[in-house]
Amino acid sequence: MRLVTVAGPPSCGKTSIIARACRQLQDAGTPCAVVKFDCLKSRDAAAYASAGIPVSVALSGGLCPDHFYATNLEEAFTWAQGTGAACCVIETAGLCNRCSPHIRGLLALCVIDNLMGIDAPEKIGPMLRLADVVCVTKGDLVSQAEREVYRHRIRQMNSRAVIRHINGLTGQGCQDLARLLALAPEVDSVTERTLRFAMPAAVCSYCLSEMRLGARYQKGNVKKAMFVQGLATPAAPEEDDDAAS
Amino acid sequence: MLLPDAPAATSPRELSLSGGHDKSGAAEKAALVFRVGEITALLGPTGSGKSRLLSDIESLADGDTPSRRRLAIDGRAPSDDERFALQGRLVAQITQNMNFVLDMGVLDFLTAHAESRAVPDAGAAARRVFDAANELAGEPFVAQSQLTQLSGGQSRALMIADTALLSTSPVLLIDEIENAGVDKRQALALLLKSEKIIVMATHDPVLALSAHRRLVFENGAVRHILNRSEAENAALARLAGMEDELARVRAALRVGGTIE
Ligand SMILES: Nc1nc2c(ncn2[C@@H]2O[C@H](COP(=O)(O)OP(=O)(O)OP(=O)(O)O)[C@@H](O)[C@H]2O)c(=O)[nH]1
Ligand SMILES: [Mg+2]
Ligand SMILES: [Zn+2]
Repeated sequence: MRLVTVAGPPSCGKTSIIARACRQLQDAGTPCAVVKFDCLKSRDAAAYASAGIPVSVALSGGLCPDHFYATNLEEAFTWAQGTGAACCVIETAGLCNRCSPHIRGLLALCVIDNLMGIDAPEKIGPMLRLADVVCVTKGDLVSQAEREVYRHRIRQMNSRAVIRHINGLTGQGCQDLARLLALAPEVDSVTERTLRFAMPAAVCSYCLSEMRLGARYQKGNVKKAMFVQGLATPAAPEEDDDAAS
Repeated sequence: MLLPDAPAATSPRELSLSGGHDKSGAAEKAALVFRVGEITALLGPTGSGKSRLLSDIESLADGDTPSRRRLAIDGRAPSDDERFALQGRLVAQITQNMNFVLDMGVLDFLTAHAESRAVPDAGAAARRVFDAANELAGEPFVAQSQLTQLSGGQSRALMIADTALLSTSPVLLIDEIENAGVDKRQALALLLKSEKIIVMATHDPVLALSAHRRLVFENGAVRHILNRSEAENAALARLAGMEDELARVRAALRVGGTIE
């Protein structure tokens, strides 16, 4: 089965474009299945189902959906195989812009929209930087000039990805996206594969549902920032940029 | 996994679409040819096939769209690699739905756009776009204006000037600039100088006659291909004169003038 991870900020158009691209793949004889990892609720099941694509939604509740994804990926893979799919797409919600679901050696897609501001490509971390394909949506709402500048900023953050402008409303560009999905490597399982980027270390008391504020309640992996004029330290985590394929 | 990266967009001199069929399966009479330095007007009611034509160009149609048209670039079908590289980059578009959304000053933004094109003197290039936009806009704006604060006419003028002078795409599609509140004829003159293939959907008689060629759509396909005739040149001059007269009267009335 081919496996594709799709990440992107909430409401950027992931489902709109994947549902259409998968529809096209299915019409061309490649059965698809989608697994959506989200937090509290998701309407994506209905969207995929109405496009005729088998879908399973897993809600992480209090956990980061990307962590939850990592711990449930084997099971998700098995479910998708069981549907008879030849291509499985994993959609994750990318809530914190810090995590990335992308896996070495598999096809990694990032979706961002044109409305998120000029600095968005920089703010969106490894899920954009380590993607093989970056899909940019909502270009119908902004000027050609902004689309071009935005594309350039994306290119600066990720020098090797294929960048595509896709309209989630009209489906313009989805045929090409379907062709890209069909290039995803085929794998028998995800076991023993490696994430492209480590998820954040998170073993403090708040990971264990602590709700009270104050130093005395903070135990475990606690890091204190030094607040000074300008950038407080420690700054953002260092990135090990080895997106080995 | 590594996919081939797209090289820089090429600049074709000519695009053609052949083999088109309308919604009832009847064949289009001739290939549709678009050249650099020519303006083609698209005419016909909504749903008559204008958008289909645009997406056929944009998706590099290969007999795989409802119209069954095939696109040739400079006389030949693009190779798979060219197809891949040009995907989504062939056509720049200016439509009525578009707005500026970025929180940036006009000149800063234009400089960023010029820098993204690796133009040697980005500041000067940005200035040229700014000046050109101001000539098209009815009401002038300053370099520090915020993009999002521009009026509809100013935005459209800036989009046209920027696309003509800085866009990467070799084809430009414009949707109904007559309603944009910009100086239409100056806009066309600027676009003509841009070394791009210009396609314009319009309901405006002066704009339609200004085009070198008119494609008239019906039932999903091009029904007529009309080149501007001598008689139409004369009609265009007359209509343009009437528009100038209207503009003069409008300007005079606005400042309390009287009309003889
Ligand atoms: N104008 C415009 N709207 C779009 C486009 N793509 C998606 N949308 C709209 O954006 C909204 C969110 O789209 P979704 O596809 O649900 O986004 P998502 O990324 O899957 O959202 P979550 O899974 O909830 O994070 C919907 O209302 C879409 O209709 C686009 O290209 N242009
Ligand atoms: Mg979704
Ligand atoms: Zn996270």
